[in-house]
Amino acid sequence: MSDAESVADAGFDEWLEAAADGEAYFLECANGHGSLPPRRVCPDCGSTDLAESELPDTGNIQTFTVTHVPTPAFEEDAPYANAIADFGSVGITGQVIGVDPGDVETGMTVELEIAISETTAERVIGFRPA
Amino acid sequence: MSDVRVAGTGLTPFGNSPERTGRDLFAEASITAFEASGVPRDDVEAVLYGNFMGELSEHQGHQGPLMAEAAGVRAPATRYESACASSGTAVREAVKRIRNGENDVLLVGGAERMTNLGTAGATEALAIAADDLWEVRAGVTFPGAYALMAQAYFDEFGGEHEDLAHIAVKNHANALNNDKAQYQRAIEVSDVLEAPPVSEPLGLYDACPISDGAAALVLTSESYAEEHDLEAPVAITGTGQGGDRMALHDREHLARSPAARAAGEEAYADAGVDAGDVDLAEVHDCFTIAEVLALEALDLEPIGEGISAARDGRTTADGETPINLSGGLKAKGHPVGATGASQIAEVTDLLAGEHPNSEHVDGATTGVAHNAGGTVASATVHVLEVVA
Ligand SMILES: [Zn+2]
Repeated sequence: MSDAESVADAGFDEWLEAAADGEAYFLECANGHGSLPPRRVCPDCGSTDLAESELPDTGNIQTFTVTHVPTPAFEEDAPYANAIADFGSVGITGQVIGVDPGDVETGMTVELEIAISETTAERVIGFRPA
Repeated sequence: MSDVRVAGTGLTPFGNSPERTGRDLFAEASITAFEASGVPRDDVEAVLYGNFMGELSEHQGHQGPLMAEAAGVRAPATRYESACASSGTAVREAVKRIRNGENDVLLVGGAERMTNLGTAGATEALAIAADDLWEVRAGVTFPGAYALMAQAYFDEFGGEHEDLAHIAVKNHANALNNDKAQYQRAIEVSDVLEAPPVSEPLGLYDACPISDGAAALVLTSESYAEEHDLEAPVAITGTGQGGDRMALHDREHLARSPAARAAGEEAYADAGVDAGDVDLAEVHDCFTIAEVLALEALDLEPIGEGISAARDGRTTADGETPINLSGGLKAKGHPVGATGASQIAEVTDLLAGEHPNSEHVDGATTGVAHNAGGTVASATVHVLEVVA
């Protein structure tokens, strides 16, 4: 939403901050299921025993798209590539940066890098080809 | 257990009418449904109403009682919200209430006002059906999310944009006779391929339009229909609902719809039918790829083969199992809160021989309606059969 900058999101904001510092993590339950914060319960098994584990350095692009018609929050950024990348036991959705959107491919190895939206100057989860 | 009869259906034209309020749209649909049913408004025991973006498009929450009032009904009313499956879930609740004996007569439906938001505003409003923190803030739009699934499908099973284009062409062709449809205009494969890209591989003609519209149904118990001598030959004989993880990146499959599969299996078992019995279906084709995923989830096509169904003529009006004879969301339009109920209305009318396209399904006895919410984190499936 356009007024997202005025809303604090416990768990998510801290994750973005850590990721921007190169310390991205995921949540892991006692049974080894991975998930993303904010979360109190493992969505796979219901375990409430969740610990922060270090996110793998690289992920693999599972699928992607190049968006030409964005929401108003990304008006100045379009066209941009969105992708879903697997980082070990978690999947993450982000924007592929540092490469022409037309060159993005399934299977590409990427590193997580927090980018800044040209439209809103807000932080955006980015993937840079490794 | 009593069959649930569809006593009357009502649809507004779907399309571009930014000045019309939700209450005006739903009033029109309900008037048509009551007139078709022969059921007096006083007999309605509750209103179950689907709507998704009313807070954003009309600054209006708490739409249940508002819509009961608009329909001229004095009865308790509840709004159901499941993104684009909002009125599918309302229908499902209504079916359960009538079956368990709680109610004999219900007004069910939905409405959405969207075009007054403009393209950017509607794109933003639709996007909130996705995970706000992890998808929307990464720039994923509603078409973008389906494009992620389309690319995953191509990578896993093959197929290309041209295959999807045949789905759009088919659904536009089906809408030519439907005077409630937003687009009564034929298109060619080349139109789809040459249209501006929205989220690659999907372009403008792979997407349903932004629409205003409403749908209403008068549902009754079998005993009420018989006591009152209603002409209501079609019953909802099966209902099912499935769910999945909210964000696409948390799903086991990016190129399948397990929620729709679960809903379909439940609905088929409930009705005592299987996919082979299905004569026609209205499926949730908000984007061309969505029709492929729906057909496979409903076992109307084997996994990996739904992509060729329209191209090879299996799902066209004269094919084995015509899909989206109404024109589908693609050509009929997609006022999101109205869509699920409108699909039930279309299937009912097709089976009753009262639809402009009924001639293509002469003798059909079994139809299916599939309604999906968001990127199919929610899905409802209903089986309808001619019972009288
Ligand atoms: Zn777990």
